[in-house]
Amino acid sequence: MFESLTEKFDRAFKLLKGQGHITEINVAETLKDIRRALLDADVSYKIAKTFTETIKEKALGRNVLTAVSPGQLMVKIVHEELSLLMGSENTEINLKGSPAIILIAGLQGSGKTTFSAKLANYLKSKKGKKVLLTACDVYRPAAIEQLKVLGEQIKVEVFSEIDSKEPVSIAKKAVIHAKNMGHQVVIIDTAGRLAIDAQMMDEISNLKKALNPQEILFVVDAMTGQDAVNTANAFNERLDYDGVVLTKLDGDTRGGAALTIRAVVDKPIKFVGVGEKMEAIDLFHPQRMADRILGMGDIVSLVEKAQEQFDEVEARKLQQKIAKNQFGFDDFLAQLQQIKKMGNVKDLVSMIPGMGKAIKDMDIEDDAFKGIEAIIYSMTPHERKNPTILNGNRRKRIAEGSGTSIQEVNKLVKQFEDTRKMMKMMSGGEGKMKNIMRAMSGMKR
Amino acid sequence: MGLFDIFSKNKEEKLKEGLSKTRETFLGKIGKAIIGKSSVDADVLDNLEEALVTSDVGVETTLRIIERIESRVAKDKYVGADELNRILKEEISSLLLENKSAGINQFANSDMPKPYVIMVVGVNGVGKTTTIAKLANKFTQAGKKVVLGAADTFRAAAVGQLKIWAERANVPIVELGMGADPASVAYDTVEYANKNNIDVVIVDTAGRLHNKTNLMNELSKIKRVMNKIIPEAPHEILLVLDGSTGQNAFEQAKQFTSATEVNALAITKLDGTAKGGVVIGISDQFKIPVKYIGVGEGIDDLQLFDREAFVETLFERL
Ligand SMILES: Nc1nc2c(ncn2[C@@H]2O[C@H](COP(=O)(O)OP(=O)(O)OP(=O)(O)O)[C@@H](O)[C@H]2O)c(=O)[nH]1
Ligand SMILES: [Mg+2]
Repeated sequence: MFESLTEKFDRAFKLLKGQGHITEINVAETLKDIRRALLDADVSYKIAKTFTETIKEKALGRNVLTAVSPGQLMVKIVHEELSLLMGSENTEINLKGSPAIILIAGLQGSGKTTFSAKLANYLKSKKGKKVLLTACDVYRPAAIEQLKVLGEQIKVEVFSEIDSKEPVSIAKKAVIHAKNMGHQVVIIDTAGRLAIDAQMMDEISNLKKALNPQEILFVVDAMTGQDAVNTANAFNERLDYDGVVLTKLDGDTRGGAALTIRAVVDKPIKFVGVGEKMEAIDLFHPQRMADRILGMGDIVSLVEKAQEQFDEVEARKLQQKIAKNQFGFDDFLAQLQQIKKMGNVKDLVSMIPGMGKAIKDMDIEDDAFKGIEAIIYSMTPHERKNPTILNGNRRKRIAEGSGTSIQEVNKLVKQFEDTRKMMKMMSGGEGKMKNIMRAMSGMKR
Repeated sequence: MGLFDIFSKNKEEKLKEGLSKTRETFLGKIGKAIIGKSSVDADVLDNLEEALVTSDVGVETTLRIIERIESRVAKDKYVGADELNRILKEEISSLLLENKSAGINQFANSDMPKPYVIMVVGVNGVGKTTTIAKLANKFTQAGKKVVLGAADTFRAAAVGQLKIWAERANVPIVELGMGADPASVAYDTVEYANKNNIDVVIVDTAGRLHNKTNLMNELSKIKRVMNKIIPEAPHEILLVLDGSTGQNAFEQAKQFTSATEVNALAITKLDGTAKGGVVIGISDQFKIPVKYIGVGEGIDDLQLFDREAFVETLFERL
């Protein structure tokens, strides 16, 4: 029922195709698609709205570089903004304190118990810590037993009091026990609770007061929908937690909740859960998450590559020339060089997820431009600037000088004129890689 | 709090209370927006879109609903807010397949095949085991004999969890311990039911993400094993969806249905602020009725699905 985001953006590209720069009008449809894509990924309604507003502001007036289509540039802007929102790479967990106390909180079924054990295993095996797990879910049937079984699997001690219904007192005793036994970290697993359950929210905030933990981690299911905004906010108001854990990312959800939570509480996502095994825990990679929400391939690196090669000043000069009808063979040649500099054309095309087909069909070979270059090099500087003076005699001389035929020269001149017309037609007319390439692909041989 | 917990208390009164609250908010907005107009304008539609999308209805389904409302309104030449309100509810409700036996007490239904076998499936942590306990309780209260099958032999302490619930609901449980073959547990449970004059069999399964092919194949196997004893079993394959899940629930419905032919849905955790709107599109697309909703962690916190009440809550908060 729902198309993938890649398909959506491909559609957005199509809509922007043939338009040289980003304007209020040509961006509207694309923004709508971006917003839709975010909503399909479960990004909160309001966040999606403000996010697209930001994108619009950043996009408007941005010059589209000659080698980059507006659609691709839009994706890059979206991606940049998304990565920014996702926060920085690897925010370390705070383990100061003896013992360091880590309080785990979240909704029912979000994966707190499994995560608690995974974290214990991670701290034990990767950081060499002596860890104590503490079972403070005194409500859900067999919750304590569940933590005990996991503790046994990973050889980490589990502190529990089967008959107690007092999480605060259990936790306090666990800390004393940890001090006595030399545990460096105490992880407190708590019962799942709804943010609107006043009594249960009191309980967790009492746990915080009594323990003064180094880290409070809010555990949230990556598949969460629009409610993420309410829950993340409500827990944050009560607990002012230090970090977020995103679980069940081994599923196929886009995980837009991650964006929502980042945007509303501004807390780092510290870990992700990627499976039911005890080793299935990972540090958070904001870049990957941004890619996941967007469903993008290598489009960003393509755009970056193109930008490296294309000098914006040059691009602007070119635009003026086109506007004044001064675009000549030298400029044409310069464009060619730029495209060549970007590397193997087919490689580039294949980097564009889904949308490469159109250009691919043109079957461009790497030396496809050789003949064209030779012809242009055989022109005098004056001829290159003023293509209209290319009469029969001049064309004959050029053909001989470049080792081509007069037909080939004619063809190039014709293509050049078409290209120039086309560029002028495009409002602001900075030109666009694909159009130029189309013009040139017809020029081979 | 959702509208649902209302029913357990003073049904009539609370329902009215809930409705008037609704009117003041979303419908109040709509009312203002349409005064003196003969068509639904952008403001109304924006509000409507926001109400639906923030309830997890999803863009696709939301657009469909809006389209239908627009065309209805154009045809009916609607006049007021009340009218629009009615049209709105009708259109959304019509997408929701309702449990056929709604209205009658289906837990006491005497036409059920015997034993009636229910297999409960879903992703991790959605509330399968708790829902099973609640169902066992309801059937028992309606005078049926129930047995539970502990076929989640994978998640730590899963068997222990179901055992505790079986005790609380006062029903027998068939278990082969942790790590046992889940299909064998299911088989034994159905056999136990046949031998012991049991009316309802409910089989718990381990939570699994729908994109894990081998785990999905395991479910098909559990199902196959049961219909070796009773060809129609399991009569009910109940997919449990967490009410706070977003658009991924679609993929869940799709994959679980293709592995096991899901024919009933339960939505849990509707006692929170999540609306579970994604189920509208799911019910419409897969033609699977929503049968039960979970509204709490207690054994009594299960209700038969009522689509009017459900639609009502979609507009509650705005
Ligand atoms: N608030 C609320 N919590 C619920 C509801 N249904 C289940 N839960 C809680 O959700 C948590 C997970 O429930 P389980 O029944 O263990 O879920 P499950 O699907 O069997 O989980 P796994 O077997 O681990 O995949 C428990 O803490 C339940 O108490 C509900 O309707 N409302
Ligand atoms: Mg379970």
